[in-house]
Amino acid sequence: MAGVLVLGEALEGAAAASTLEAIAAGRALGGPVAAAIIGDGAKSAAQDAIAHGADSAFVCEGGLGPEAAAAFAEQTAAASAPRVVLGAKALLDGSVMARAAYRLGAGLLQDCASVALDADGRLTATRPVYGGNAMAAFRASGSPAAASLRARAYEALERDDSRAGSIVPIEVDAAAHTRLRVVERVRRPQEGVRLEDARVVVGGGRGLGGPEAFAQLEELARLLRGAVGASRAACDAGWVPPSYQIGLTGRTVAPDLYLAVGISGASQHMAGCSGARDIVAINKDAGANIFKEARFGVVGDWRQVLPAFVDQLHELLSDR
Amino acid sequence: MKIAVLAKQVIDPETPLSAFKIDSDAKRVVTPPNLPPVINGFDEQAVEAALRVKEAQADVFIAVITAGASFAPDVVKKPLAMGADQLVLIEDPAFDANPNPLFAVDVLAAAIRRLGGVELVIAGRQASDWDNAQVPVGVAEALGWPIATVCQRVEARDGKVVVERVTPDGHEVVEAPLPTVVTVSNELGNARYPNMRGIMAAKRVEPTRWSLDDLGVQPREPAFELTDLRLPETAKLTEFIEGEDDADAGRKLAAAMREANLL
Ligand SMILES: Cc1cc2nc3c(=O)[nH]c(=O)nc-3n(C[C@H](O)[C@H](O)[C@H](O)COP(=O)(O)OP(=O)(O)OC[C@H]3O[C@@H](n4cnc5c(N)ncnc54)[C@H](O)[C@@H]3O)c2cc1C
Repeated sequence: MAGVLVLGEALEGAAAASTLEAIAAGRALGGPVAAAIIGDGAKSAAQDAIAHGADSAFVCEGGLGPEAAAAFAEQTAAASAPRVVLGAKALLDGSVMARAAYRLGAGLLQDCASVALDADGRLTATRPVYGGNAMAAFRASGSPAAASLRARAYEALERDDSRAGSIVPIEVDAAAHTRLRVVERVRRPQEGVRLEDARVVVGGGRGLGGPEAFAQLEELARLLRGAVGASRAACDAGWVPPSYQIGLTGRTVAPDLYLAVGISGASQHMAGCSGARDIVAINKDAGANIFKEARFGVVGDWRQVLPAFVDQLHELLSDR
Repeated sequence: MKIAVLAKQVIDPETPLSAFKIDSDAKRVVTPPNLPPVINGFDEQAVEAALRVKEAQADVFIAVITAGASFAPDVVKKPLAMGADQLVLIEDPAFDANPNPLFAVDVLAAAIRRLGGVELVIAGRQASDWDNAQVPVGVAEALGWPIATVCQRVEARDGKVVVERVTPDGHEVVEAPLPTVVTVSNELGNARYPNMRGIMAAKRVEPTRWSLDDLGVQPREPAFELTDLRLPETAKLTEFIEGEDDADAGRKLAAAMREANLL
């Protein structure tokens, strides 16, 4: 059965949203889709995968690392002989797609915006390159071919619990495959809404001039029940933690509203927020790139614009 | 200890959009005139990471490997000026075709083997031209070594490497036995600027030049053919909100957003 193999993960017993997106992409290729799910609660996550469009699933239980995940990918590919291998770019630690593709001898395109099959059944894909300054289209010369997908490039299919499919457990000799040892995990406590889940994101950039200004953005975000993110320049300056970074090498957000303050809108930043329904920008430079993608803009100094904007919001939203 | 750093020459990613041009027929980015190429930013940070390891212990030798179709001599020498000990250049037109990560892996893995005695490979997390984030992983797989990706701190001692990997909500401390491959991210901190002494010293270092024949590597067909390359479309027309002054514009922005149901 030469179909699509989707590499996916279980997060606390449920299929990761990005895994369901990859399954939707696999179905768009015509399927059949076998989902290979690794992680804690992989078995129940496999039920999610099938309900959301997979035809069958392989499961590997346990919180295993990227090396074991690559071995799992190899074993499931041997069992399913896929023509196409798909998965989220950020699968596990973000290295699994590259590890798996190399082992399968498959070419890999990372961070794809779309995938399709041409008339001869060869995988084609589009992806941003040069930091988003250009869009490229590719066609696979051979098979299997692999593509990793950018977050939110595809929408998960509706859940349908009447769907059924086989779920095959796979044993991976994790010890034999694991050389990386995680000694410590340091997690920053997350206040409020996760960036990826927020319907409103307020982003701050180098134009804010220092860490203090982010307090104003936090206030604004609270008012709009949203979350605060930042450009790489603001993170690199140490004004906010790296986990705030939105963009090509940061987080991908697709809120209803992205409000960018003091951000120039470099293509590498836009790569992480251009999926927003509406972008609104405050920037003192009328020529800033952010205005190419904004619906509303104010050309001005945020120090004057923002406090007045927030005051007016308080008034407008007092009925909420 | 011998460290190999993988460093790629790329078009300056800070090229102003007005100077970023594409030849759609040739399906390639037009090298912007008057704008010199640079060493990929994450790769400069890989050099920085190697120099920090060298500063923390005795007897560290840093060899930088740069492979590509053609080089700007002053640009590719920057890692030497920063303090690296050796520069290996692999210049071959075969690099000029489609992006071909598997070929790059063949070449770089062969060069690391040929250097001999390399215990740690450090590379940037991705190159800012094709953003493909897979060559270092391929190199690790080809050599049969472990790899820890997207690190903000790299220490090597007692036969192992200890790194801090950046995670979406913090970081994790990971250990791996040497030899190993590590990729670094911007969270590592800025790469140092070469000082005058470094620049003078780099002038005196003759790069080591290896050909594909020296490495015993054949060009290989890319796994994907580039079928189209174009500038992205941006269709949004910004409605600029003006006021008597900036504060007034801020108030009017809130009103306009409310009107348009954005709030
Ligand atoms: C490979 C690669 C990956 C990258 N990944 C990312 C990424 O994931 N995320 C990311 O964000 N960047 C990324 N970058 C960096 C990116 O290219 C830009 O350098 C960065 O986004 C710039 O951040 P900025 O807009 O805050 O700063 P700047 O570009 O310096 O812009 C600051 C803006 O603030 C405005 N401003 C200044 N003062 C005021 C004021 N008083 N009031 C109003 N406006 C003001 C200025 O007009 C300017 O437009 C990456 C770069 C590379 C090469």
